[in-house]
Amino acid sequence: MNTAVDMSRFVRSEKIEALPPPSLTRGPLAWMRENLFSSPLNTLLTLVVAYLLYVIIPPLVEFLVINAVWTGTDRSACRAETAGHPVGACWAFVIDKINFFTYGSYPATERWRVNIFFVLLAIGVGWLLWLRAPRRDLGAIYFFWLFPVISYILLTGGNVSLGIGFWSTFAVSGALLVVALAAAAYALKTSIRSAMLIGLGIVAVIGITLGLVSINWGLEPVPTSRWGGILVTLLVATVGIVFSLPFGILLALGRRSKLPILRMASVIFIEFVRGVPLITVLIMANTMLPLFLPGDVTVDRLARPLIGVALFASAYMAEVVRGGLQAMPKGQYEGAMSLGLNYPQMMAFIILPQALRIVIPGIVNTFIGLFKDTSLVSIVGIFDLVKAIESSRIDPNWAAPTIGITGYAFAALFYFIFCFGMSRYSLGVERRLAAGQKR
Amino acid sequence: MKVKGPKTTSLQRMGSVQSSVSQALPPKKSFLYDPKVRGIFYQTLLVCVVGYLFYIAATNAVDNLRRAKIASGFGFLENTAGFDISQTLISFSAAGSTYGDAFIVGLLNTLIVSAIGIVFATFLGFAVGIARLSSNWMVAKVAMVYVETLRNIPLLLQLLFWYIAVLGPLPQPRDSFSLGAGFFLNARGLFMPRPLYAADAWAIGVAFAIGVVVTILFRRWAKKQQAATGRQYPVGWATLGLVLGLPVATWIVLALMNANPVSFDMPVKGTFNLRGGMQILPEFVALLVGLTTYTAAFIAEVVRAGILAVSKGQTEAAGSLGLKSGQTLRLVVIPQAMRVIIPPLTSQYLNLTKNSSLAVAIGYPDLVQVFMGTVLNQTGQAVEVVMITMGVYLTISLVTSFVMNIYNRRVAIVER
Repeated sequence: MNTAVDMSRFVRSEKIEALPPPSLTRGPLAWMRENLFSSPLNTLLTLVVAYLLYVIIPPLVEFLVINAVWTGTDRSACRAETAGHPVGACWAFVIDKINFFTYGSYPATERWRVNIFFVLLAIGVGWLLWLRAPRRDLGAIYFFWLFPVISYILLTGGNVSLGIGFWSTFAVSGALLVVALAAAAYALKTSIRSAMLIGLGIVAVIGITLGLVSINWGLEPVPTSRWGGILVTLLVATVGIVFSLPFGILLALGRRSKLPILRMASVIFIEFVRGVPLITVLIMANTMLPLFLPGDVTVDRLARPLIGVALFASAYMAEVVRGGLQAMPKGQYEGAMSLGLNYPQMMAFIILPQALRIVIPGIVNTFIGLFKDTSLVSIVGIFDLVKAIESSRIDPNWAAPTIGITGYAFAALFYFIFCFGMSRYSLGVERRLAAGQKR
Repeated sequence: MKVKGPKTTSLQRMGSVQSSVSQALPPKKSFLYDPKVRGIFYQTLLVCVVGYLFYIAATNAVDNLRRAKIASGFGFLENTAGFDISQTLISFSAAGSTYGDAFIVGLLNTLIVSAIGIVFATFLGFAVGIARLSSNWMVAKVAMVYVETLRNIPLLLQLLFWYIAVLGPLPQPRDSFSLGAGFFLNARGLFMPRPLYAADAWAIGVAFAIGVVVTILFRRWAKKQQAATGRQYPVGWATLGLVLGLPVATWIVLALMNANPVSFDMPVKGTFNLRGGMQILPEFVALLVGLTTYTAAFIAEVVRAGILAVSKGQTEAAGSLGLKSGQTLRLVVIPQAMRVIIPPLTSQYLNLTKNSSLAVAIGYPDLVQVFMGTVLNQTGQAVEVVMITMGVYLTISLVTSFVMNIYNRRVAIVER
């Protein structure tokens, strides 16, 4: 239809000139404008931070890299007056002492044993941490039984003399255990055969462990007083994790138990240990453990802090595991019970596999804390990495002003690489576990 | 009795099931299967084992102590200490003071370094945590590097770093750095003016206390008024005026009336040492800096997580109500974030207090260094000393978590 209103119209006859593209939406300048100088306040912040970096970074790089000394065999390389130039970090010192930092005074000819220990540890950790590794159940057996036994034999030399008397006592008590279990099964009218199998299994595992340890493998015995450096640091951390995980699970189950005394005992232990600093636990292990044992029994100097660390880590691990247990929906418990599973079966086959899986990040984070805390054993006189550095920085052969700092920088780098790697791993697992919940 | 073929009606089936149940009921179970009996049995076993272990440990300890001729009991706290402590908040001397005094000195040193560390770490931690969420790329990245570096290096190494690398190269007292205004820095620590209080200086403290109390009352009243009438009062200015202004005014009035109530004893440079003033040990500075920077990295993560936990909808809703961004942060985001932040923040405070025991590595005379170190070595009474020391830390933790539980109950979201 024609609703012709007679009006003059304006029709553009030529194309309008295109506007120039906005110059600053792409490219580094635009990025900087958006992310660094978006407002006066941001500009000010950027400038302040840039100044801070200018103050900190160049001297650090200069000290650690540019002025650093990389080669040399004694202090003359790292003293400004003999080297003839300003000296920063003295990496030559670390390179010269690297064997001492790694093995302590472990005999040079026997160091291959420590190397095997490192490799075995790496295999075990990798097996357990790699979520898609084959046969992770075997991995657990390896890490929590085989690996500790082999490491013990490798590092100490094994060949513990237990004596005939001990073995006969062991045989008698083993037989008693089997009989007691069979009697209990008879009283409960369940399968006597399986009860005896369980009993025999326990006795066999302990017997094989002790047997392996007491065999003479032809390895030269190395007393723990000669161990040191990274070996001891990793050893303390390993003992911590190997003991704390099973103990922590037991404590967490105890804390969630319906039995009042059991629950109270677990709560008291956990809260007590978590309420005191590690260093007091270590000093307690150092001074009180020998008191509590019969006068003729002595505990190895290295074993005391190991016990302290294991107890300490268990309490923290227990709280992590408890978080996982509480996160399990009630339906899982009820489902397991409705299938007729008893408590151990329910926990072993239904609850713990799921609960432990969701707390892997928490376990790794606890382990990072434990790994950092291993440095505290140096305070009670154990020869770990920190102590090794402390004792070599007063070596007169390497007396130079920057030796101490270089040593500590090396230790810091060592701890940083391990802890940072583990924290990235736990972040990755967290993201993977959360993937199911994402929409 | 069996349920017959498919033709039976559901009613019949129900009847048959019921009858079968009533028949099958009691082949009476062995009491061994009663969960209650089992529970009692397991717990008795546990009590017996733990009790036996304790008994063995106790008898061994008594034997060993008797053989080593070490006294037992807490009588040693009355004995003369015979050693000096480098930092004492109460008067302490080697000849005149007892082990009990040494304990109090160590405890006070632990508490003071923890308290100051907590204050500093909170400020630094909040700053870094907010910086990590900054839209400014450089600020966010620098904060991230700070957090990752400090969290992944053992505190012990950091303390040694501050003590040896930073405070080690300080000059001898005779060539002290002068920082101006009576502050000097040298290898023996930081020297600063010591305030001297005149007899009437208590009035300033009273003025401060009055200011705090009145502020709290005023804030309550203002909040009620705002809820009732919608009128807002200048709470911030009033707080500033009452808490800061009142003591300052009192000071000025006192100074005008007679002499200045607070004067300063300035450290004076002598030939070999500085005299007068107040000395802060380098160990204290190293410990404080180490604890603060380390804990701040953890607090930063707590704060970041807390702020991220407040959903974006809250910010947008606040914006749509017309709140400015500062108000949104202050009135909407922070109160909700605090609910998430406070519990882990408390555990960081506890961690800082417990970590202050690392003082022993650099020789700051805290509870562990004085009591578990020197006193334990001198007396050999390991059981008592360890018990007392652990008891102190336990008390601190338990009291804190008790207070936190009350707080948590108050701020928890009330669910219907």
